[in-house]
Amino acid sequence: MQTSNNSRDAILAGIRSSLPQNKVEHPQIPVFKATERPLLSEFEQHLQQAGGSAHEVVSAAEAEAKLMALHPRAKVICSAVPEIVGTRRVEKVRDPHELADVDVGVVRAQFGVAESGAIWLTQEDLVVDALAVLSQHLIVLLDPKHIVPDMHEAYRRVRLNETAFGCFMMGPSATADVEATLVHGAQGARSLNIFLLPPARTAVLRGSTITSGA
Amino acid sequence: MSNATKVDPAAAAELFIIHDQVHEPMHDRFLWATMQRRDAEAAAIPEWEELRELASKIKEHTLTHLDHYLEEFEENATKRGAHVHWAVDAAEHNAIVYSILEDHGVKELIKSKSMLQEECQMTAFLEHRGVEVVESDLGERIQQLDGQPPSHIVFPAIHKTRQDVARLFARTVGTDANNDDPHFLTEVMRNNARPRFLAAGAGMTGGNFAIAETGTFMVCTNEGNADIGASVPPLHIASIGIEKMVPLVEDMGVFLRLLARSAEGAPLTQYSSHFTGPRKGGELHIVLVDNGRSRRLGMPDFWHSLKCIRCGACMNTCPVYRRSGGLAYGATYSGPIGVILDPTFDEFKYSELPFHSTLCGSCSEVCPVKIDISDQIFKWRRVMAKKGYLPLAKRLSFAVAGQVFGHPEEYHAIEKIAEPAMDFAPHFLLYDRSLNPWGRNRELPQMAKQTFRDWYLANRSDHADIEQ
Repeated sequence: MQTSNNSRDAILAGIRSSLPQNKVEHPQIPVFKATERPLLSEFEQHLQQAGGSAHEVVSAAEAEAKLMALHPRAKVICSAVPEIVGTRRVEKVRDPHELADVDVGVVRAQFGVAESGAIWLTQEDLVVDALAVLSQHLIVLLDPKHIVPDMHEAYRRVRLNETAFGCFMMGPSATADVEATLVHGAQGARSLNIFLLPPARTAVLRGSTITSGA
Repeated sequence: MSNATKVDPAAAAELFIIHDQVHEPMHDRFLWATMQRRDAEAAAIPEWEELRELASKIKEHTLTHLDHYLEEFEENATKRGAHVHWAVDAAEHNAIVYSILEDHGVKELIKSKSMLQEECQMTAFLEHRGVEVVESDLGERIQQLDGQPPSHIVFPAIHKTRQDVARLFARTVGTDANNDDPHFLTEVMRNNARPRFLAAGAGMTGGNFAIAETGTFMVCTNEGNADIGASVPPLHIASIGIEKMVPLVEDMGVFLRLLARSAEGAPLTQYSSHFTGPRKGGELHIVLVDNGRSRRLGMPDFWHSLKCIRCGACMNTCPVYRRSGGLAYGATYSGPIGVILDPTFDEFKYSELPFHSTLCGSCSEVCPVKIDISDQIFKWRRVMAKKGYLPLAKRLSFAVAGQVFGHPEEYHAIEKIAEPAMDFAPHFLLYDRSLNPWGRNRELPQMAKQTFRDWYLANRSDHADIEQ
């Protein structure tokens, strides 16, 4: 069914005849004073309250080992990052249904938000959106230098016009729908572990020497 | 005026209260605890009141320029590849959704929670036409399996005990009725929903906000269920009320700082997802729905209710809602916000709702977008009185009160008579009759031995000049 222009016109006409006479200006959103605590510890504390945890990791090898320690029985590890190879590359996935059997999904977040412990993930980071929610568990790599204080700064960073899907994910999936009791792993990831690890230098250096545009 | 029968929230609330000694106190306790978490979060943010003011102003700005922002949203969403539809009312919304599903041969639909789709009674419409509709939010799924609408806009099954849910799942899913562990019950539904997500031909969501600047809409959930519905099936349909617009991406910083803190006392929901055009390999349809909203925009006393961001804080703080349960309101929207929204759909049917309030004003105090909820409740009472929708008991007592309070000499006379009369009047006559359901389960205060006026004249004789 194609959109009926009649309905569109009727709704807009209805609005125009109803619009309140006194127009209200859009307010200026001021820059609020950010927290004085270190952003990383603020982030870690809120992440924990949201049911996730952060781990300091110094190398790709340590990240790999940490993943295996956290999820020793994982059979399918689907990775979207160069640091961890996994058992399946998400770039090879053609259809989101192929992710139904993923035990652990691995992705790099663009930045974290200190006031909530949330991370920003986009379609470009995930390659296939469903990796964020069909994976039983998630491992997220995050550069500890990329943490913004609050949602105002976060929305200055996001580029909504450049991605079809972007998500602030604050810890794992949760529900409190049965007697207000908090349970993790309602529909999305059962656990969310964040590895604090800057992107690998080598890849960036190699790119920059050859193309000068990494 | 509709042919529908009036809902009677006081009678329904009474059933909730007298049903047993468990449900109503539990409901009250859970929602009050949520309110206390909200208060703690709000107190921890120095600019909280400033954020409320900003959110209110942004919404007022948007609503007073709504035609402009809807066109901007449509243009940008279309540019990004979304199909934008416009629905004048619920019937057109449902017809549009069905025709999209029909075009794609979809027989199984998985949806996340959407109050708008509730408002449109979409599920019943689609199921009559052979489309299987499955709710994926746990609370909504519980309510769907029990054949009930949601009782709260954020916690749909908050009026149920864990035993209720265990018995329901035993009956409908075949699990052990004696296992009422919330972890077990949540896991049951996770495993029940997964194959349905994978089999569904379409996923449906609502939209918490729609950003005109980029043509983005966003959805907030804790379970991630909306994201699965949007990212796994090839087709995503979102129903969005026309009042959900905000002009700019930066506005979202204000709203997201307020929404989950007000709703549940957390900094954000676990997932705050932004959809701008279809995902890679997917198709996206957006249905913009009016269903009485443009008419409400033209109601000088009531258009501010369109600012609502559906956090439910007014419900959690409301002493009447907490003791009534949401189903008592007999409407899509319950609690204080329901009291002021529902009559815009059907004044007669919902004419009792504005009286299901103490006018304590707490709802207006906690509203993150500063809707004057309690003032609007009062104004709706006047509308109902003017239209002659008041029940006989209220009409009579209000008529007497109007006469007495309008004439001081009668008031003083009645004061003197009433006080001793209270001692002799059988209690059930005063406060326990079916004429006055409000009095059930409540107690009258003790009458003072002396009227205030007598006390004043006796003790403040230097002001005796005011006498007579």
